[in-house]
Amino acid sequence: MAIDMRPGPAGKSSESTDTGGPGPAKERGRLLSRLDAAASPYLFISPFFLIFAVFGLFPLGYTAWVSLHKWELAGKGDFIGLDNYTELFGDPDFWNAVVNTLGMLVLATVPQLLIALVLASLLNQRLRGLTLLRMGVLIPIVTSVAAVGIVFSQIFDRDAGMVNGLLDLVGIAPVDWRADKWSSWIAISSMVNWRWTGYNALIYLAAMQSIPKELYEAAVIDGAGRIRQFWSITVPNIRPAVIFTVIVSTIAGMQLFTEPLIFGQGAYAISGGTLRQFQTVSMYMFEKAFRDFDLGYGSAVAWVIFLIIAFLMLVNYLFTRRAK
Amino acid sequence: MSARLMRPLLAVALAGVLAATATGCGGEGDASDSGKTTLVVKTFSQFGYEDLYKEYEAAHPDIDIKEENISQMGDYLPKLQQWMATGHGAGDVVALEEGIITQFMEKPDQFVNLLDHGAGSLKGEYLDWKWKQALTRDGKQLVGLGTDVGAQGMCYRTDLFKKAGLPTDREKVGALWPTWEEYLATGEKFKDAKTGAHFFDSAGSIYQNILMQQGDHTYYDTDNKLVIDSNPGVKAAWDQTVEMIDAGLSGNIMPWSPQWNAGFKKGTFATIPCPSWMLGTIEKQSGPENAGKWDVAKVPGNGAVRGGSFLAVPKQSGHQKEAAELVKFLTSAKGQTTAFKSKNNFPSALKAIDDPAVKGFTNKYFNDAPVGKIFGESVKGLEPVYLGPKNTPIGDRVGNALAAIEQGKLAPDEAWDRAVDDAERVAN
Repeated sequence: MAIDMRPGPAGKSSESTDTGGPGPAKERGRLLSRLDAAASPYLFISPFFLIFAVFGLFPLGYTAWVSLHKWELAGKGDFIGLDNYTELFGDPDFWNAVVNTLGMLVLATVPQLLIALVLASLLNQRLRGLTLLRMGVLIPIVTSVAAVGIVFSQIFDRDAGMVNGLLDLVGIAPVDWRADKWSSWIAISSMVNWRWTGYNALIYLAAMQSIPKELYEAAVIDGAGRIRQFWSITVPNIRPAVIFTVIVSTIAGMQLFTEPLIFGQGAYAISGGTLRQFQTVSMYMFEKAFRDFDLGYGSAVAWVIFLIIAFLMLVNYLFTRRAK
Repeated sequence: MSARLMRPLLAVALAGVLAATATGCGGEGDASDSGKTTLVVKTFSQFGYEDLYKEYEAAHPDIDIKEENISQMGDYLPKLQQWMATGHGAGDVVALEEGIITQFMEKPDQFVNLLDHGAGSLKGEYLDWKWKQALTRDGKQLVGLGTDVGAQGMCYRTDLFKKAGLPTDREKVGALWPTWEEYLATGEKFKDAKTGAHFFDSAGSIYQNILMQQGDHTYYDTDNKLVIDSNPGVKAAWDQTVEMIDAGLSGNIMPWSPQWNAGFKKGTFATIPCPSWMLGTIEKQSGPENAGKWDVAKVPGNGAVRGGSFLAVPKQSGHQKEAAELVKFLTSAKGQTTAFKSKNNFPSALKAIDDPAVKGFTNKYFNDAPVGKIFGESVKGLEPVYLGPKNTPIGDRVGNALAAIEQGKLAPDEAWDRAVDDAERVAN
């Protein structure tokens, strides 16, 4: 059935198609049809907003409500206003988690997007078995996060890990990857990079394919080399795609949870290492809410994560707007 | 019906269907199709109840029992918290470890009072302190019934001991270490023999064991005041553990990590303090290829509780009466004996402790060790230890501080200050 979604003058079409029934029925038909034109577009998009209200807005509001309480084991306690937030701002463990998250965000996002850019421009050439190669970069994304975490945890294992084995070959002493900030950040970022580089490359590739060929032809005539073409034609033309990937990666990076948790290992992995070397903010939220049973405080952490993401988006927006 | 009429109706119907699928997926499964009552039992680690379920179902044809198990307690705890906080998902019976139950004793109204279901008459059947752990201070509510107690042993690898020129017979091994100092001295001998293995897995498990032997309370006094910095027992256990780290005896392997699991298989550590419930874990992780290589000796120092659980009925259960009956059955002396034979969870019911089936039980996997006798002796010297409300999170942080010393990232003094500071922040 073809549905005309245009909110045109409702009565017109009905008059022309209606082959004259009894008066009141015609009246009713016209009313329904007007209602149809005015309301059905809203009805058609309403499922999204209903679902968003139930699973998005409500939890957001409820979390804010919980964060204003001393909310422990058996549910609601006393209303304490912004106490959880003031405590949070003086909490060294929280700031440590923020630094860790931002550090890993940079380590994971920057190389990931740069490599994806190069990879995409290579895949945009005429190569043998191109479809196979393009599919190939997508394979890591199909792997489950948990599987990636487990495999990389073994690769970066202190006693029997492959990386330490290779380091040993070149005479470097084995590294306890979990024990230091820098080493654990590298290990975790490598998991994120491995999994998402191909995904971003495909987005860039799609954007690159819409660049008019004439631009490159003109550039060749002007004597521009491949690298010059890349920086002067390709990159500026896929800017919207770059902005999109930066935003998505930033949000994902702020919510980093599974990879460091699996990397952590042991009964108390949620602390992200013995000295919280690689505890992210979402891990800290989980630890406060579900290990220390301080749900009010955990909710406050959740809200501050939300605010940090919003802030980063704003910076992103201002930055990209200025660069235009 | 004309197309014009159908369109808005279709839109309404579509929106309705989508909204219904979005919100209406919370139906609680209640196996009413067979007319049976399904009781869901939530456990962690190994409880060894499989045979008991079959027996109970045979005697109660209208009951169906389903166990949902989470292997690590660390994963079970947040789930449990979620079930209790949301009022959904906890099933009909939940297992509460002794460190967990202290937190729930603060707000016992989430659980069915087992005294209302005739549990009061069972009082004399359990170790007195075990009973009291699950009883509110006013004595009016019983939150759970005791299952096992973490009676202590020291598990060791006979093949590695042989390689190091140490005795392998469990009596002689036990005689090597009446105290923790002598355990340390044995460890140094083991280290000098250079077998390639470490003497024990991690400082955390040694510390926990020593700590529980240090008197009747640990981080909290019985008035729930945080005393981590002033309780000499805590510092003594800490110092003794640090000494062993300094002596280079620890494998620095996080308990419950994949490395730890692999360590059992490959024999990368020679001893591990093993509460009775851990035998099941050791057997599972070491696998059939290492059968007979592990053995159990007496633990250094006095007997001590470490771990041990309770079964409770959450208020959210739809079958409180039936669930309470099942709890009484599973925690009965007979139930505990069966669980002990299956997974070596040492009983807390007096009759079960004295049951010849327990006393005379030997564990085939552990070189036919008479575990019933070893744990029985350890359980007699038990001193109950009071654990305060935030015992588990504080213990986690102290364990991390010790691991930081093992990793060489903190000096012992710094680590201690950090542990105390963390504990104070968690407790307030």
